[in-house]
Amino acid sequence: MRLNVALAQISTRLGDVESNLEKHLEYIEQAKAQKADVLVFPELSLTGYVLQDLVASVAHKPTEEDPVFKHLLKASQYLDLVVGFVDEDSRHRFYISSAYLSAGKVLHVHHKVYLPTYGLFDEGRFFAWGDSIRSFDTRFGRVGMLICEDFWHASPPYLLWLDGADIMLFSSASPGRGLNDKEKLESARWVERVNKAYASMFTSFVLHSNRVGFEDGLHFWGGATAFDPNGELITQGPYFEEALTIAELDLNQLRRTRARLPLLRDERTSLVQKELNRILSRD
Amino acid sequence: MTDLTINTEVARQILTGFIRSEVTRVGYSRAVINLSGGLDSALACVLAVEALGRENVIALRLPYRTSSPDSLTHAQMVIDKFNISSETIDITGMVDPLIERDPGISNVRKGNIMARARMIVLYDQSEVFKALPIGTSNKTEILLGYSTLWGDMASAINPIGDLYKTQARQLARDLGVPAPIIDKPPSADLWDGQTDEGELGFTYEQVDQLLYLLVDQRYSPRECIEEGFDEAFVDTVINRIRRNQFKRMMPPIAKLSNRTIGYDFLYLRDWGT
Repeated sequence: MRLNVALAQISTRLGDVESNLEKHLEYIEQAKAQKADVLVFPELSLTGYVLQDLVASVAHKPTEEDPVFKHLLKASQYLDLVVGFVDEDSRHRFYISSAYLSAGKVLHVHHKVYLPTYGLFDEGRFFAWGDSIRSFDTRFGRVGMLICEDFWHASPPYLLWLDGADIMLFSSASPGRGLNDKEKLESARWVERVNKAYASMFTSFVLHSNRVGFEDGLHFWGGATAFDPNGELITQGPYFEEALTIAELDLNQLRRTRARLPLLRDERTSLVQKELNRILSRD
Repeated sequence: MTDLTINTEVARQILTGFIRSEVTRVGYSRAVINLSGGLDSALACVLAVEALGRENVIALRLPYRTSSPDSLTHAQMVIDKFNISSETIDITGMVDPLIERDPGISNVRKGNIMARARMIVLYDQSEVFKALPIGTSNKTEILLGYSTLWGDMASAINPIGDLYKTQARQLARDLGVPAPIIDKPPSADLWDGQTDEGELGFTYEQVDQLLYLLVDQRYSPRECIEEGFDEAFVDTVINRIRRNQFKRMMPPIAKLSNRTIGYDFLYLRDWGT
């Protein structure tokens, strides 16, 4: 079975949800025309990234009544969508979120569980921490979603893997940094290295959609990637410019790779649990 | 020696993208730059030309009566090579009435007056041409505070402020800034015979190595000395960085209310764009 996943590396207008929604609808049309089954937008694709005091004013609820989500849910009749937004819960906590929309329904919402609050990042000041990591079923198989810093930690992809995800959809608004004499920025090299490693170690598909554009002096580097269960690069988008990159996933590769390399079969989860219990119970 | 070499193609892509994005998102299409004849403004100018097109960049040459003729010639080399429009406005008539009020005026005061007079012209021409003023301060001079507050530091956006002087030189060379500008000793040309390295007391090669360890790599002063830097040199540089923090910030506002600009009224400049 083949699955076409489109990765939209877009630039956004900071705090202007209406205009960003329009861009989403344009990219949805393009992805439809290119026969995509799923279209993945970057982190906070509806709002922009360095929101600071704009957070409350750009929050939306992923429901049919919501003026933004009603358009996206309608569009999800034609292809599945992953969109980045600020989710506000019933008690007015705000989360960096990704929603998976399919056939007019919200299949899953992931709240970012790791909020970087160091260096140039200040997410913990403005957002609530997500507290669950769940895989979920789609019409193409079981999927897991993570947002940027989530996959800088090894445990969230590991949990998704154990929870049954064969396709991991990562989204980021990753500010470019670490210019040296190499052809790639340090931030790009790091992210690509760990994405490749997760695909290899978890014998799964790992896809990454990262935004482009500028917010004040920060730039976002794009370079969407898709790795197959052998850890091989399927396709990569350009750096620094808007693009729609289509990755054709041959889902039968999961079976071939895992027949050769049964890392999932041999994973000793009880041992992990036992040792984690021991480690965490220490004073 | 730490290798501070940068990939200039990646730098070019990011910095031209930055200029294009930040100029156009505020509704402008043009940029204006004070072209001093030195390396930093030549580099910023060439980046702006690549970002916006030569027809959208206006270069200003703003000599004072004691300015080195080389400065004008070198600025003209950039204007000619990149085929951009320019204005030459002599600031002597603006500056001298103030300087002449005090016969004992120091070189530093005179230099600051000239730098601020050039800022006034830059912002005035920004209005004339509907062009955004592009900054020309590099990371070395911003860290060392080797600049005039509200003078040469004033700009709308600064594409080169995260490049050390030696990196700016490398990028300038790859972007085709004329060789005489790259090869001459850096100087603010505020008085005869002034050079940056003469005034600072060390070379850019030396200080960039140290700044890179202190700032980028978060070395402690002790670790820098262990790496072979002279203790007095390390102290001088750290003191300069600390003493000049005020030049890198907006003036602090005394907090009274629950929501104060600068502390808890937080928005990027690109808000809504």
